Amino acid sequence: MKDMHPVDLSARIGALTLKNPIMPASGTFSEDLADVFDLDVLGAHVLKTIMHGTRSGNPTPRVCDMQAGMMNAIGIPSKGIEYFRDQTLPYWADYRAPLVVSISAHSVDEFARLCGEVSLPGVTAIEANISCPNIEADGNAFAMRPDTTHEVVTRLRAETDLPLWAKLTPNTGEPVEVARAAEAAGADALIVANTLLGMSIDIATRRPRLGNVMGGMSGPAIKPIALRMTYQCARACDIPVIGCGGIATLDDVIEFLIAGASAVQVGTATFQSPTVMARLIAELADWMAAQGIGSLEEIIGTIEAPEAGTCI
Amino acid sequence: MTHLPTIVPVPVLQGLRPRCSEANCKVVSNTPVNGEYRLLVLEAPEAILDCQPGQFFQLLCPAPEGEHPFLRRPMSIYGYDKAAGRLEFLYKVTGAGTRGLATLAPGDGFNVLGPLGQGFSMQDDWQNLMLVARGVGLATLAPLARMAQEKGRKLTAICSARRPDLAMSVDLFESYGAEVIIVHDEDGSSAPEALRPLIEARIAETGVDAFYTCGSSRLLRLLQDIGARHGIPGEIAMEQQMACGLGMCQACVRNFRVGDRIIQRRVCREGPVFPISEAI
Repeated sequence: MKDMHPVDLSARIGALTLKNPIMPASGTFSEDLADVFDLDVLGAHVLKTIMHGTRSGNPTPRVCDMQAGMMNAIGIPSKGIEYFRDQTLPYWADYRAPLVVSISAHSVDEFARLCGEVSLPGVTAIEANISCPNIEADGNAFAMRPDTTHEVVTRLRAETDLPLWAKLTPNTGEPVEVARAAEAAGADALIVANTLLGMSIDIATRRPRLGNVMGGMSGPAIKPIALRMTYQCARACDIPVIGCGGIATLDDVIEFLIAGASAVQVGTATFQSPTVMARLIAELADWMAAQGIGSLEEIIGTIEAPEAGTCI
Repeated sequence: MTHLPTIVPVPVLQGLRPRCSEANCKVVSNTPVNGEYRLLVLEAPEAILDCQPGQFFQLLCPAPEGEHPFLRRPMSIYGYDKAAGRLEFLYKVTGAGTRGLATLAPGDGFNVLGPLGQGFSMQDDWQNLMLVARGVGLATLAPLARMAQEKGRKLTAICSARRPDLAMSVDLFESYGAEVIIVHDEDGSSAPEALRPLIEARIAETGVDAFYTCGSSRLLRLLQDIGARHGIPGEIAMEQQMACGLGMCQACVRNFRVGDRIIQRRVCREGPVFPISEAI
């Protein structure tokens, strides 16, 4: 009973079809991972966020451990748009997997300008990092509020014909309203979500464990939050949702798909096991074959849930 | 043979030979070396044993009681032997990761990622080598001794420690034909002002073509100064907190002085070995 019905792993993200639903989360992936496995097995390549100019990033320490996860305050070190165009983009031209370029900025104008400038041949889609909590003071990012989300996504939409993905933040209290605002402004897909703002103190020195004082939590500890938001946003929007947050195992992948994700991003798990994405792709194919599932459509959004209550 | 070490399977490699691998090793022994250090000996697959002195591995440390090390811990290689299938780490128990390492028992499985980073170089005209290091930094430099012997270079190892009995790797250096000089805090011989005449006398007598160091910013500054005066190059292995160890996350940057500019480099990728003259 093997391979009687070949499994189709392809994932549809709007007009794009990825050969499988597993891709890296921005900031946890670079050409350096090609030392470990063939990166063309991935559904897409999502690069670390770039900004228009050069930035050195945050002071060290930039990472610390926590139970079932980590925190980071890297601060988006960026070599700028020229380096991206002249060095980064040519490197990825040798790969067949679609290239997703993550961008961010401090202002709407700068964001829009960068969006236009990275809409280059070889770029498949643009991921707008409107949620990185390290950039704006106290974690305030565009995606904290529906109005600022709508404003920036509208401007980005006007600057590019490429598929535009908006990466949302779990730090907002209005995830559904923010998701709807991004959709209304013309986003083609949502990434749900980014790191959750946190903090850690070394009690012996009374110093924060991160040079930036606060940082973004990631890893298995935040998975239930990302899963809940994926469920909420997928129900509220017609555009595809790409789940992101603590995904490390095959069960995690399937859980996000059932909750409504059309694909997933894997981030922190790669730091523990650099080969995890390649393994997840193979495990998903094996699981679907064993279950007699032919395509992802038979999994995505198939949650058997009563209407969620407003109280818990 | 109940637990053969294996490389963690990756489904599609399409003929690509990975530069580093995630591998399951087996603990052969994990024993105290003196009051402060422990030696972890692993049975390791051949594919991860094409190492260079100065390179490191990312270790997936087991959780000690009540603690939860999540990220891998970078650890420089103390010894490697491809023919024997052995990989060794010398470590000091200082935090959750190394406390976890100390719980490993013979026969346990242990996942490592590596070898990673750029190791030490030994240029053709570097015939008289001098290694000056302190504490666990001596463990990082240990594989250099074998490399020096294999290349027929003369090596002087100045081993610094709090007490003479805590000087690491002395027997190992001697077994590879190095001349060992122990300096320590108890008689003040480890102080930079005592080391300077010792090193400069050696430069005057036999010449020194290159320095190697690790583990002490005071030693770094001393060697930077002596190196600049006498035109002697050298290399240092540096540390920084890491997450991925591969170069992706940009966590482990340090500043370096290159000409009149300060630039950032990733310790895991561009290092951990850097020119002494550029280190800060």
